[in-house]
Amino acid sequence: MSSVDATGLAHHFEDLEQQHESATLGMWAFLITEIMFFGGLFGAYVVYRTMYPEAWENGSKELDVFLGALNTTVLIGSSLTMALAVRSAQHGKNRQVIGFTFLTMVLGFVFLGVKIVEYHAKWEHHLIPGPHFMFEGHLGGHEELFFALYFVMTGTHAFHMIIGAGLMIWVILKAARNEYTPQHHSHVEMIGLYWHFVDIVWIFLFPLLYLLGRHGHASIGH
Amino acid sequence: MSSTVAPHAAAPRPDLPATDGHAVEPRENYLNVDYGWKSWLLSTDHKRIAVMYLITIMFMILVGGSFAILLRLELATPAGDLLQSETYNKIFTMHGVVMVFFFLIPGIPAVLGNFLVPIMIGAKDLAFPKINLLSYYIFLAGITLTLIAVAMGGVDTGWTFYTPYSSTYANSQVALAAIAVFVTGFSSILTGLNFIVTVHKMRAPGMTWFRLPLFIWAQYATSLIIMLGTPVIAITVALVGLERLFHIGIFDPTYGGDPVLFQHMFWFYSHPAVYIMILPAMGVMSELVTAFSKKRVFGYHIMAFSTLAIAVIGFFVWGHHLFVSGQSTYAGVMFSVITMLVAVPSAIKVFNWVSTMYRGDVWLTTPMCFAIAFLGLFTVGGLTGIFLGAMGFDIHVHDTYFVVAHFHYVMVGGMVTAFFGGIHFWWPKMFGRMYPENMGRISAAIIFIGFNLTFFPQFILGYMGMPRRYHFYPEEWQVLNVLSTAGATLLGTGYLLPMIYLPWSLKFGKVASKNPWGAKGLEWQIDSPPTTFNFDKVPIVTEEAYAYPEGSRHQREAEVV
Repeated sequence: MSSVDATGLAHHFEDLEQQHESATLGMWAFLITEIMFFGGLFGAYVVYRTMYPEAWENGSKELDVFLGALNTTVLIGSSLTMALAVRSAQHGKNRQVIGFTFLTMVLGFVFLGVKIVEYHAKWEHHLIPGPHFMFEGHLGGHEELFFALYFVMTGTHAFHMIIGAGLMIWVILKAARNEYTPQHHSHVEMIGLYWHFVDIVWIFLFPLLYLLGRHGHASIGH
Repeated sequence: MSSTVAPHAAAPRPDLPATDGHAVEPRENYLNVDYGWKSWLLSTDHKRIAVMYLITIMFMILVGGSFAILLRLELATPAGDLLQSETYNKIFTMHGVVMVFFFLIPGIPAVLGNFLVPIMIGAKDLAFPKINLLSYYIFLAGITLTLIAVAMGGVDTGWTFYTPYSSTYANSQVALAAIAVFVTGFSSILTGLNFIVTVHKMRAPGMTWFRLPLFIWAQYATSLIIMLGTPVIAITVALVGLERLFHIGIFDPTYGGDPVLFQHMFWFYSHPAVYIMILPAMGVMSELVTAFSKKRVFGYHIMAFSTLAIAVIGFFVWGHHLFVSGQSTYAGVMFSVITMLVAVPSAIKVFNWVSTMYRGDVWLTTPMCFAIAFLGLFTVGGLTGIFLGAMGFDIHVHDTYFVVAHFHYVMVGGMVTAFFGGIHFWWPKMFGRMYPENMGRISAAIIFIGFNLTFFPQFILGYMGMPRRYHFYPEEWQVLNVLSTAGATLLGTGYLLPMIYLPWSLKFGKVASKNPWGAKGLEWQIDSPPTTFNFDKVPIVTEEAYAYPEGSRHQREAEVV
């Protein structure tokens, strides 16, 4: 019953502009829910960081800043290609949409690949929270809490990237059928917004997890 | 259609029904447009989805209600005879989980909201019809997971899933129930998001923000709370699930985790969730009271703003659940003060409904009987909420039946009463048939009496110190408990009656006209039941909400009759 006509206008909207505005507002509203979702994790981070500053410092030093910085660059690069894909869609250039979206996906997978390398190193160093966790020889400490949050936060973030990559396959399929026109390209814009959001989450995660603890007590306010 | 249209002052009114004439041969509507299970299960029509939600939610209220009956039967005698402690713990947990997540929260938005939001603002459908259908299936998935958890032995943590009991010690299906709550949350989020976009972008020409029916304001404010709160409970129960499965230690003191952090995160959602339950009920109330007093609502603007005020202030009171959890006294004082503050907009609403009825042409139909019952019950529930917001008193009655009675007065006396009032009010619109009026009034009366008999004794029990969540109690409390159980039986009967005569009326009820109540609002200008796209042409709104004739009661009566 939700029929869509040749220009891509669904039956219950008056015109494409109203449809596009609705999609945009819907996406922004969805991103607000995402902020609240990650907000719970950031809240837990703030509480425990305040309670156990030293554990946070120790944990932070175990993370690989080089790989973290590399991934930051990769992700910012992918935001650029995503923005270019959106621009191409706005001009109705479907072949460019395919190219830029594909590039974005590739960069996304590079990020996830680097993340796997990092996770693997944590596995080898017994830094995965649970019965086998070991930190500097002693079993379980407040460092374990740091790593629990590290894995939950970066894992949730990675999960969002996988969803994003899935959505991009959908965009590529649609662009392959030349569906995007200067009037009708909401999907690409919405997925662009989503991807930038995922990017921004990382922009917060990187300093909070990798950088803040590395300057000793001064940065924590002792 | 643009969303910010200035009032079309000179625009002609769309052809209104001349009179409430008798319905002729029913023309095509959303119910008879096609048949077969596929046309329902894959429908993106907001009205059909609302009906599917209605059936599902009615099933869940029966499940949750049977748990309640078991609890009350056990408490009829002081000894633990019918249920042993472990079973009792599981039953009250499942009663809470089912009622809160599968009836109270989705009840009015998913059924009445889904049906009415597009119609009341003059749209053909919600902004995202497919997402609306998706949210229904996510809801079903949540129910399925919950029922699997029940079948596999149930959960015994209480619906609040407090850590570290839930994360470390409980030997029941906590992880599965947590996943069920997580999944169900997405269903609410998608519904809320859909409503927000619909109200912003789909209003008919002339339907300005301050011409919106108060029901729409209520749905809008509720959607805001859903969007800002629900993701937090999602991540919280996800953490509990991870804690159970992988022992990551986030809420486990052994690892330095803080169980009180769980309480903060849980109530950050779950207190606003109380307003997710009651705000839509208040929206229904505004519609009922105006329609059956034949009068403009008293103080439209303040009603709209108080709705938003409840939504906003509601986010800053969660700490009143933690007065005895080791929260700092200063935080407690602040939360206590803000809790008092949230009573102000709620009280404004009660006063305004009463003022709307004052010198109105009050017509005691079944929905109005429910509305009046709501006024009494909600007032008692709201006032005892102020008692509980006061720290000193709360410490005395914390975790007693006083709290149980308080939130049942607000939730059951408030939300459920308004839900039944709304279902009766819009029943002719939804299904094109009238329900039996006298049966309706009788059931409203039984519910009111049964409800008070069930829950008023619990205030006294709680004040005397009877703790909640125990399956036995000292003998001197038996009289009050027996009264409560007797009331519960009456209350159950009261709720069963509409569940029998409403389906009965689908076939045998009198055929309803477009506007059986002579009420204002776009939904009463279209067919009963509406056609698939609601309006034959886009309506142009030229008047305020509740534009009932002004003047003295006698003048109005002359016009109405």
